Amino acid sequence: MTSSAVGPEPERFSVHRVMGTETEYGIIAPGIPDANATVLSSQVVNAYAATLREGLGNLAGTRWDYTDEAPLTDARGWQVGRQSADPSQLTDEPQILTAEQIAMVDREADSAESSVLMNLVLANGARLYVDHAHPEYSSPEVTNPLDAVLWDRAGDAVALAAMKRIAATPGFSPVHLYKNNTDNKSVSYGSHENYLVPRSVPFGRLTAALLPFFVSRQAICGSGRVGLGALNQEPGFQLSQRADFFENDVGLETTVRRPIINTRDEPHAVAEKYRRLHVIIGDANLSEVSNYLKLGTTSLVLSLIEHQAFPSVEVLEPVRELQAISHDPTLRHRVRLADGRQVTALDLQEMYLEAALVCRERQGGADEQTEDVLHRWQSIIAVLRQNPMDAADRLDWVAKLKVLEAYRSRDSLAWDDSRLALIDLQYSDLRPEKGIYHRLARRGDMEVLVSEERVQAAVSEPPRDTRAYFRGKCITNFPREVVGASWDSIIFELPSQRRLQRIQTREPLRGTAELTERLFEESADAQEFVSRLLSSPESNVAP
Amino acid sequence: MATQDRKNTGARPEEQEEEPVPAQASAADTAQVTDTTAGVDDLLDEIDGVLESNAEEFVRGFIQKGGQ
Repeated sequence: MTSSAVGPEPERFSVHRVMGTETEYGIIAPGIPDANATVLSSQVVNAYAATLREGLGNLAGTRWDYTDEAPLTDARGWQVGRQSADPSQLTDEPQILTAEQIAMVDREADSAESSVLMNLVLANGARLYVDHAHPEYSSPEVTNPLDAVLWDRAGDAVALAAMKRIAATPGFSPVHLYKNNTDNKSVSYGSHENYLVPRSVPFGRLTAALLPFFVSRQAICGSGRVGLGALNQEPGFQLSQRADFFENDVGLETTVRRPIINTRDEPHAVAEKYRRLHVIIGDANLSEVSNYLKLGTTSLVLSLIEHQAFPSVEVLEPVRELQAISHDPTLRHRVRLADGRQVTALDLQEMYLEAALVCRERQGGADEQTEDVLHRWQSIIAVLRQNPMDAADRLDWVAKLKVLEAYRSRDSLAWDDSRLALIDLQYSDLRPEKGIYHRLARRGDMEVLVSEERVQAAVSEPPRDTRAYFRGKCITNFPREVVGASWDSIIFELPSQRRLQRIQTREPLRGTAELTERLFEESADAQEFVSRLLSSPESNVAP
Repeated sequence: MATQDRKNTGARPEEQEEEPVPAQASAADTAQVTDTTAGVDDLLDEIDGVLESNAEEFVRGFIQKGGQ
């Protein structure tokens, strides 16, 4: 393994690298129109914890270790002062509920000591927490896009389990969760991707190479949206949920003045070696093929950048083109390039695809999953050029549009009819019997990549090939002794020690099953485990 | 790499005539989609059965706070 290996076999051109997803869910309690969303989100986290308590007996929830959060560090080389930061940027401080809010979440809570959880670290290595006014699931780290799809789906299963628990609890009003990105009034929330990239790749190169790719990838991974404009001011349909909420090419913010390229520099790993590219522009995807292509093609483009083989292309006005592309579902809009050419979004995607194919040829082929992503990317572009509606079994925006157009045709509905807005919203309802995506999938109308059985397993099992394994197994095996965790640390409280033991896990590719499974199997308790770990001559988790 | 770009994609815009893109033309405004919609009647029946009852009120009630 080379010193800044961002994935297995990093020198190879491939889709493989450490990556993960974060999903902020839309949330309502239909029975309580003016419900506080932070309280509802806490109910979700606590309801899920309750389902775990029954299974495992004594899970107290795990405190998040905020030590390593650095939300104001900009990848372009500076720090934003706390005074000038928007309050929503201060994600390095835990959120605090008022006593009244606590009472709304846990009727039995002792007001002196809150037992309300705002944060849970899960057995599969994920984080389920309250991100201001939304429940958020941050997936465990994986090494490839297919695993990313699997553990992303596991998040939806976790969210659904929490919803069901709330619905079954007397005294609580049901909560609905939506895997989408806007309320179609003025507000947006994100579905983020994270990709590990070597620190040695200059950030300027990443920005230049990614801008045209991010502006155009919505033609493939957009989730569709009824209504145009950040304030939903015009009727119509567009490719992307998120496009209208972006204002800048590059920037640090994530909640206002949103940038296409986010410069947050918070690797949660050995900073000298790694950069975590935090991508905020994506839509929440329910279609597994859309999600797979979103993660897979982006990872390939990053590999192109690492190999200095990305296409030389510059879009003149990225934000404007991002929105113009989104507003034309016929995919005919021409983007103005710096060199004078005018090309469509599919033309842009094809430039990246072709560069990827050249790279693959140069190395004499690629691994199975890389070949699969390349093949699907090529195939979907061809289908979109020929007849976009043929992609209804693979792409969210097309599946959604197909249903919308069928209703428009049958019932003569104009785009501003609220039933179309309802279809847009209900497409992403997480309940399998109500969610339109889920109904389509159940009918066999959507291509599915991972089985329900594997998703259920991924709810409690971590990936085996990243430090998520170590994190998840510590929590499963030592629920009493693990009192804090974060992406790059686990904190043990051992009976024999006065001080807490903080185990750093700053290498995403250590702490794997290969390196630590035996240690878990051979240790009778947490004390023995920690002693063996710290006295081990091998670097099982440490750099 | 630049040569390849031009060869593979530069030709297309020149080949096509400039046509104004109709405002909010839907991909479905083509004949091809009528065949597709013919097959979805039973899908619409199924969705009719699960759609929330008062569309306008439900959609109006879906208000969120901003996120990241």
